[in-house]
Amino acid sequence: MNAPNSTSILGGRLIDPASGIDSVTDIFIHNGKILAIGEPPEGFTAHHTIDASGQIVCPGLVDLSARMREPGQEHIATIASETALAARSGITTLCCPPDTDPVIDTPAVVTLLLRRAKRSARARLLPIGAMTQQLAGEHLSEMVALKRAGCVAMSNGYAPLANTLVERRALEYAATFGITAILRPEDRHLRNNGYAHEGPVSARLGLPGIPEAAESVAVARDLALAEHTGCRIHFHLLSSGTAARMIEQAQQQRLQVSANVAAHQLHLTEMDIEDFDSNCHLNPPLRSLADREALRAALAKGVIGAICSDHQPLKADAKEAPFPSTATGMAGLQTLLPLTLKLVDEGVLGLSEAIARITCGPADMLGLPYGRLQPGSSADICIFDPHRHWVLKREEMPSSGRNTPFIGWEFQGQVTHTLFEGRIVFHSDSTTQA
Amino acid sequence: MSKPNIQLDSHGRLKHFLTIDGLKREMLTEILDTAESFTGVSERVVKKVPLLRGKTICNLFFENSTRTRTTFEVAAKRLSADVLNLNVSTSSTTKGETLLDTLRNLEAMHVDMFVIRHSDSGAAHFFATHAAPHISVINAGDGQHAHPTQAMLDMFTIRRHKEEFTGLRVAIVGDVLHSRVARSQILALNTLGTSEVRVIAPRTLLPPDPRTLGVHIFHDLEEGIRDVDVVIMLRLQKERMTGALLPSEHEYFQLYGLTEKRLKAAKPDAIVMHPGPINRGVEMDSQVADGPRSVILQQVSFGIAVRMAVMSMTMGTQAQGAAAR
Repeated sequence: MNAPNSTSILGGRLIDPASGIDSVTDIFIHNGKILAIGEPPEGFTAHHTIDASGQIVCPGLVDLSARMREPGQEHIATIASETALAARSGITTLCCPPDTDPVIDTPAVVTLLLRRAKRSARARLLPIGAMTQQLAGEHLSEMVALKRAGCVAMSNGYAPLANTLVERRALEYAATFGITAILRPEDRHLRNNGYAHEGPVSARLGLPGIPEAAESVAVARDLALAEHTGCRIHFHLLSSGTAARMIEQAQQQRLQVSANVAAHQLHLTEMDIEDFDSNCHLNPPLRSLADREALRAALAKGVIGAICSDHQPLKADAKEAPFPSTATGMAGLQTLLPLTLKLVDEGVLGLSEAIARITCGPADMLGLPYGRLQPGSSADICIFDPHRHWVLKREEMPSSGRNTPFIGWEFQGQVTHTLFEGRIVFHSDSTTQA
Repeated sequence: MSKPNIQLDSHGRLKHFLTIDGLKREMLTEILDTAESFTGVSERVVKKVPLLRGKTICNLFFENSTRTRTTFEVAAKRLSADVLNLNVSTSSTTKGETLLDTLRNLEAMHVDMFVIRHSDSGAAHFFATHAAPHISVINAGDGQHAHPTQAMLDMFTIRRHKEEFTGLRVAIVGDVLHSRVARSQILALNTLGTSEVRVIAPRTLLPPDPRTLGVHIFHDLEEGIRDVDVVIMLRLQKERMTGALLPSEHEYFQLYGLTEKRLKAAKPDAIVMHPGPINRGVEMDSQVADGPRSVILQQVSFGIAVRMAVMSMTMGTQAQGAAAR
């Protein structure tokens, strides 16, 4: 019990939403697992001791949607680069959407991803399998083989299933084997060639709009099929208040549906695309202030149980073109925790609830044992200084991750240590921090 | 929270001309007054003033255009500038060069001004944001966003006929949803203090809540043009039929085509405008287009003076421009 792989974290304010703990206490780690909380086990000797006084100790963050760009686009980012960034950001579990190249529709791709993640060893990578082969929406993928290889859920990425019969079959098949389906609700015909939320801002800027109905029509269809098939459905990246209200009703009727929202969707609105800021060219689009408020309310009620980063590193020039010609997406790993903490500042959520939305909340939606600090669970831990102010600076970001509208924003709360399976994978040197 | 207007320099003078949005009434009036001072130039024996001598203006057209590109070229030449016409839809971008690279290459040729037309909304803003500080950018139409020089030549035409904007009732008829011209006209009319701006179209050709643009909505043509002073007809693109926005040209003309008979609902001295090119028999009858109320060809000739005004103002030579009167 005194081997070099023992660590103690002393004097921090431990917040574990899953167990309801919120108190100043100590935590003891051995062999990658949490051994005890509160009193050290008899004979425990720590090899590392972290003084966490004045800091918050919480579970390592669980991100339901982060693109590594590997395999297929290693010139943009890699598992090594993105897991390093995750470690800096307090994130220890990353779920990867299936739209890699090749697509995650065979066990071989899953194995490849898991092997490379193991080599980088800075965060846990959990692949999400493709519901249909090549994400083409025609033939079902080998969902069971993908699950056995390590996929934690199935999704069709950003390409919603256009054919309702294929969707029905895919959900029935997934339900047979207890697989959760992650659906990005969007009607592609209503989306048409839109670039921004259909509203006053898009009307003034002359940007073809994406109506709110593009999302709510798809949610209505997906909810009907969820009821019909009994499949467990997780709605991905909600953007509209109407969709959130429909999901709330479905939950009241005891349908097995859950939902997440991207962190940026809780802070930005259509107004942010003024002057054609291509960093705000996102999918789904930034919607109205009323939508943002409704999403915040749904988050507070627990209708939306998870906040994700929807991290998408892009080539440096992907945003350097007129708005409609730029790629959608933003790099979000670094802002997942700070944007969530900002919701606490703004009175949307309590601190423990906010942490729940980025730890046990997302984990529970996929039935994962992570995002919690209990004896026996994996020692994935994020320690942050809740008082430290910092500014997101362009020059301090990796070149593939500068596509964010949050450059120049001031945040409060910064990660000082990240532990993954008991190992310190990130540690900010306090002497270099202002 | 409001960002500085990128169209203005630190002294509040016009640096780029990208959109009417955010410009004050005084600025629009200055453009109209400056244009007024240039109208004489075209009628001289020597149709030139030396205001932009030694300057290089690049007409960068990523979309086809005859009239707009030609009037910009004529305007630049009457100001004695050197003009470079680039029809980019057939050149480098098809070879995979990015817009930013195109910009950088042309900058290296010491261009002083870009006149840009592009199918992407926001393209002119993109150029203005990325161009070297001494370069001015004029928007000659970007996607469905703005076409501010067209709007200003329309304002010039209206002012020539009606003098004051206050007290005027103006109706814009047709495809407002896809029209950069309409967006800029509405902003200009409202900024100049027009009493009432109306738009007349079926809902498929209007933005979801057009009132946010500052207009009154009509779905019936005769009702909408009743007692108006100015009727502006918009061009109807053929592709609107394929996008399930309209059933047919025939039905459109039945409902929204301007005829002599329908025009009777407007004021007796109402003028009829169209940014061109006209689809005769779709937006309006030939009788109306060629009739006594039509000022469509005047719009074209005023376009040269308005573009000379905007070019000289953005290049910081408008004071001399007024002196050249």
